[in-house]
Amino acid sequence: MNIHEYQAKEIFRTHGIPIPAGEVAETSTQAEAIAARLGGTVVVKAQVHSGGRGKAGGVKLAATPAEAAAHAKNILALEIQGLPVKRVLITPAAEIAHEYYLGVVLDRRLGLPLVMVSREGGIDIEQVAHEKPDSILRHHFDPVTGLRPFEARRLAFAIEPDGKTALAIADILRKLAKAYVAVDATLAEINPLVRTPSGEVLALDAKLNLDDNALYRHPEVEAMRDLTAEQPEDGEARAIGLSYIKLEGNIGCVVNGAGLAMATMDLVQHFGGRPANFLDIGGSSDPRKVVTAISIISRDPNVRAILFNIFGGITRCDDVARGLIQAVAETGVKMPIVIRLTGTNEAEAREILRQQSGLTPAATMDEAVLAAVELSRA
Amino acid sequence: MSILIDERTKVIVQGITGRDGSFHARAMKAYGTRVLAGVTPGKGGQKVDDIPVFDTMSDAVAKTQADTSVIYVPPAGAADAILEAAHAGIQLIIAVTEGIPVLDMVPVLKETRDLGVRLIGPNCPGLISPGKCKVGIMPGEIHRPGNVGVVSRSGTLTYEMVHQLTSHGIGQSTCVGIGGDPLIGTNFVDVLGLFESDPETHAIVMMGEIGGTAEEEAAVFIAKRMSKPVIAFIAGRTAPPGKRMGHAGAIISGGAGTADDKVRALEQAGVTVARIPSEVGPLVKKALGR
Repeated sequence: MNIHEYQAKEIFRTHGIPIPAGEVAETSTQAEAIAARLGGTVVVKAQVHSGGRGKAGGVKLAATPAEAAAHAKNILALEIQGLPVKRVLITPAAEIAHEYYLGVVLDRRLGLPLVMVSREGGIDIEQVAHEKPDSILRHHFDPVTGLRPFEARRLAFAIEPDGKTALAIADILRKLAKAYVAVDATLAEINPLVRTPSGEVLALDAKLNLDDNALYRHPEVEAMRDLTAEQPEDGEARAIGLSYIKLEGNIGCVVNGAGLAMATMDLVQHFGGRPANFLDIGGSSDPRKVVTAISIISRDPNVRAILFNIFGGITRCDDVARGLIQAVAETGVKMPIVIRLTGTNEAEAREILRQQSGLTPAATMDEAVLAAVELSRA
Repeated sequence: MSILIDERTKVIVQGITGRDGSFHARAMKAYGTRVLAGVTPGKGGQKVDDIPVFDTMSDAVAKTQADTSVIYVPPAGAADAILEAAHAGIQLIIAVTEGIPVLDMVPVLKETRDLGVRLIGPNCPGLISPGKCKVGIMPGEIHRPGNVGVVSRSGTLTYEMVHQLTSHGIGQSTCVGIGGDPLIGTNFVDVLGLFESDPETHAIVMMGEIGGTAEEEAAVFIAKRMSKPVIAFIAGRTAPPGKRMGHAGAIISGGAGTADDKVRALEQAGVTVARIPSEVGPLVKKALGR
């Protein structure tokens, strides 16, 4: 799960990381009032789950409350990478003497969290990694012991010679590592961490991505989920245990298992079609899942055909067939449906489909995908 | 022969009294696996069919001398269940459970490694040596004994491939689902090494997907260490970056972990990469000289 900058900052603040003052506005009037309260020049920052906010015009300086209101109005009308901006963060403009990068990620290869620091902050870290790989220092740590003080100091002094500043960076780095573990993050990032001319060290931006599998033990973080930042279908799918991602194509895909779902999308593309979605109905046999899947897909105006690809293991083909019949009855879906099912209770499934729908399952995955591609062009 | 499991493997089912645990304990037993015991804390003394249930892994191991365990415990208790098995003297642990928080796996991977215990998974379908032993959740009837080793990060995509191999008349030595999570106990490289040393495995089918660098590491290993032919398929060419495609580990982050990168790395290592799943069967036949 992704959360917004202002939410990540709230979490970082509770871990003692110095964060500039700031408040969130949903209207230009609110933005004006906040800017007046903060006084001086402020930054108006779009709160969307997307990078490149600055380039998209989603981050603006405002010298007066009236200017803040005007910027907020414009930014709240923006869409950044397809995501509408619903909130802006108003925060005092900081004077910057230097920008650093601090981040924590999971190193899958070694099975350990990895701290990364760089003196080259304020720009995309992937660009830094590409252009100046030596400027990024990396250090693995054990989440049980946490990042130890001497480890944090070694990293901090490697990117900042001034003792007082380096000690402040080391302290923030330990707190960042601690926050990463405490909320079960998959990414925790401060970019930039800045030193002001007066010697203060502050996190000007904050990013936290969270492990979906661990949300059950962080209800306070789960509560930060921004339902306006996702499509209604996303919540509907999540509630019943479907894994659904909308794409731009016109062939709706219903598959059991993530790997097979990806392979099915790839095959659609291979045969010249375009998948409308990734959708994994998972390993259970609940017909409700199939009904929800069809209902979500049939509301996508781009979809011209629906493709089922089911390999029955734990999933029983007859349950999928029943779900399909029920879904067609409930949703009144009119578009063509192509089915391929193999495995557990395949014969029963074929019989159910034959008697109740007149649908004949395709024999192979290739045959089903080709038929769906053909129908999507009709 | 086969790798990791065979007709002598003695299995304990952790979480045996749950819905999935009891269902699959019966299915494994019906396949011919020696399921000797189950464990559910607080339900010791009960039976699932004729399989005795114990409260702790140490009791179950002491009574049965089992060497392998398979875990169907829900996510919140699964990491602890793996450690319980490892400390009870189990040598091979298969964690089927999906949804374990990834940071829970950090100490588990270290401890199982330190104890010299092999962990497969989590979030995996398990493994099967056709005709001998099945430990996991895959439909046994689609497999048949033979000489092709299968290793995969996926579940149903593996069944799809195995089904295809079987219908081409190609049997399997062992099929290993290593799991779809970001942190897993056994990787492609480990399984490829085992297949390379197994005289009954003549060729290997490897199924990867987007996310991480396990396929790239496998490519390096194959180029340096493998004499047997490897046929690969990589899922997720159409996956958009930054989105988790069902599996917790299937995400392209910061431009790394794309299907194209993996295909390129494998091809450079001399691996034949199938463009679509249905090419795998014919490619394996060709590699086996049939």
